[in-house]
Amino acid sequence: MAYVPLADQDDAHALHDPQSFVTKYIWSQDHKVIAIQYGGTAIFVGLIALGLSILMRLQLGFPDTVSWIDPAFYYQAVTMHGMIMVIYLLTALFLGGFGNYLIPLMCGTRDMVFPFLNMLSFWFYLVSVIILLASFFVPGGPTGAGWTLYAPQSISHGTPGSEGGILLMLISLAVFIIAFTMGGLNYVTTILQARTRGLTLMRLPLSIWGIFTATVLGLFAFPALLVSAIMMGFDLVLGTSFFMPAMMELGAQNDHEGGSPILFQHLFWFFGHPEVYIVALPAFGLVSDVISTHARKNIFGYRMMVWAIIAIGGLSFMVWAHHMYVSGMNPYFGFFFATTTLVIAIPTALKVYNWVLTLWQGNIRLNTPMLFAIGFIFTFVHGGLTGLFLGNVVIDVPLADTYFVVAHFHMVMGVSPVLVLFAALYHWYPKMTGRMFNETLGKTHFWCTFLGTYAIYLPMHYLGFLGVPRRYYEMGNTDFIPETAQALNANITLAAIFVATAQILFFINIFWSLKNGEKSGGNPWGATTLEWQTPDTPPKHGNWGEELPSVYRWAYDYSVPGMDKDFVPQNEPGEEYEKSAHHHKGA
Amino acid sequence: MSFYRDVTRKPWNTVGLPEGIEPRPAFNMPNEKVALIIFATCASVLFSLLVVSYFIRMTVGDWVPLATPTMLWVNTGVLVLSSLCFHLAVLQSRKTGTVRFGSGAGLLSLAGGLLAVLFIAGQYSVSGQLLAAGHGLRVNAANAFFYLLTGIHVLHLLGGLWVWGRAQLRLALGANVDRARLSLELCAWYWHFLLVIWAILFYLLAST
Repeated sequence: MAYVPLADQDDAHALHDPQSFVTKYIWSQDHKVIAIQYGGTAIFVGLIALGLSILMRLQLGFPDTVSWIDPAFYYQAVTMHGMIMVIYLLTALFLGGFGNYLIPLMCGTRDMVFPFLNMLSFWFYLVSVIILLASFFVPGGPTGAGWTLYAPQSISHGTPGSEGGILLMLISLAVFIIAFTMGGLNYVTTILQARTRGLTLMRLPLSIWGIFTATVLGLFAFPALLVSAIMMGFDLVLGTSFFMPAMMELGAQNDHEGGSPILFQHLFWFFGHPEVYIVALPAFGLVSDVISTHARKNIFGYRMMVWAIIAIGGLSFMVWAHHMYVSGMNPYFGFFFATTTLVIAIPTALKVYNWVLTLWQGNIRLNTPMLFAIGFIFTFVHGGLTGLFLGNVVIDVPLADTYFVVAHFHMVMGVSPVLVLFAALYHWYPKMTGRMFNETLGKTHFWCTFLGTYAIYLPMHYLGFLGVPRRYYEMGNTDFIPETAQALNANITLAAIFVATAQILFFINIFWSLKNGEKSGGNPWGATTLEWQTPDTPPKHGNWGEELPSVYRWAYDYSVPGMDKDFVPQNEPGEEYEKSAHHHKGA
Repeated sequence: MSFYRDVTRKPWNTVGLPEGIEPRPAFNMPNEKVALIIFATCASVLFSLLVVSYFIRMTVGDWVPLATPTMLWVNTGVLVLSSLCFHLAVLQSRKTGTVRFGSGAGLLSLAGGLLAVLFIAGQYSVSGQLLAAGHGLRVNAANAFFYLLTGIHVLHLLGGLWVWGRAQLRLALGANVDRARLSLELCAWYWHFLLVIWAILFYLLAST
């Protein structure tokens, strides 16, 4: 069969042109609608997870004031908060939401290469969310095994949710992975195969590089979670002994023999660590574009940024056991994994330097998306530096079960990606809706969130040094911890309630601005990338009107000397030349 | 595609359409094939992790190896034939340049799919025999792994059969020949992939 590149199959998209309200907004195959469906669902479950974290904080800050938060509920809240935030919010929103929205627009295509599969991906995701939330309503409630679901804890009798919650969790994860695989195949194939003419790989915006690499990581890492979920499901339902050892359960000998809990940990973290980068790499990409656009400067070291993304992606598969230093592993193993972990700091630091150097001498516009992007640099540096501490075995062993770890991972993969999400949501809001948001509300939202999260997580580092253990429902006999730790805990809780409440500003802003925001026009930020050059805003079905755009330059032609505007869109033709060669001739 | 050449370009230095006015996909093949290769890589990761888990779990003292049922050899032969049919179907369709329901290629692909169904039935009956002989899932982790590995392999094959079924339907209705040919080729690729996976799993089960 003669091969016709997708970009030339202009009539192909007519096949799935929406006919009615239902095909347009519900069973939609349009990547933009699917993106918003993904995003809306992810933010909805994210709010549930936020609510759970407030309940946990109430118990920690003011023990026993809320009578119905018992230890079982506390653990269920911990588990569901972690799992929802990491997988059902961050992964889904970055890749399902922003991936879906931006890939076809930034690559200059009409849609994903497999629109039907893309639609299916969202509906599987929705089903996985419904199954997950259903576990709140089954006898025994959701699982309380911690988000890592370690065997044998997670399926032993007596663990909250071992009646039905854990099974629903495993099923939900399996369905999520199927959804992700369908979406992921689409993202990767679209980026590789369907870029418009002139858009070489190295002309892609860093957002696409981040999303692309993260998707590849997801495609290779999620199978590990799938394998562990299936095997754990077998242990739970069929009574096999993959992970379950022989042990006493509620005073009686269980039916299992010989299972290896360590095997579960290895499988889980072989997924779990790349998962950190599945969340971080799209954030790196998006924030690069936000910073470059609002600093009116090309991103510093574009090629290095691309290589760093790829290097981090590759390295992320070689560090998983640094989550298992206290599992009794061979010290040489610990040495190996500590080394690979610290090596990741090199490409990561390179990216941070490049963001800062992009800002240097830029024409910085301190608007809401830029504030969130700069805020991200701060929180990410803080979270990253404590990662260097914890990557070393000797420092990790005493700190592993304390609040220091909680503070570290919330800074690096909780607060940081969320700040990028806000930066990106504000940055692309005008494209998605055709309206500007309210700047004052946006900036207030930023300062409340940014300062508030510091008020939450900075003291936690200190609590960790004091030895305050994590995962505890209440302190109990811990005389080595001074009384004042409780005062700090109460303050953290107040800050958490403050930050959670401040998020209302965001929702007021985006809903209010839908009707009342100023009309934004097609390219309010003066950005170069293709999504800002669409003929309609918000882009219509098919994105590009009659003809697909051609790309004549890279994604970062900001403040080019000798130009009358301070940006040149990617699809603006220019005299064809090699800039450096041209320069030579002139000299 | 030379990935190295691509990522060492200096994009800020050039203006214009460096590769002409045609869009340039990274791989010169249909998108479906690219997606299939990515999916197969993804599935390989899944199976490798299962194999690694098998080896790790094997080292625990309670492991009692399962004697390989002879019938597995027969099933393997059926799967080889199935893959072969698909291969010949593709060669045939390339030679004649077309594929119809009643044509040689069409019949070969029909046979390929039916043989795969036979393979699945065979695997099912092996499991039944083992269960009847008291080699239940709970008895030993080696048994559990047998059902797990064969089960996941069969699930992948069922996914392939779904695509195969749609392709057959398309052929029967005489719809777009190019689409049907592509489906046929994708089936052949996927069947070869699953045959290789099965060969590895079979070797693993038989040798340990």
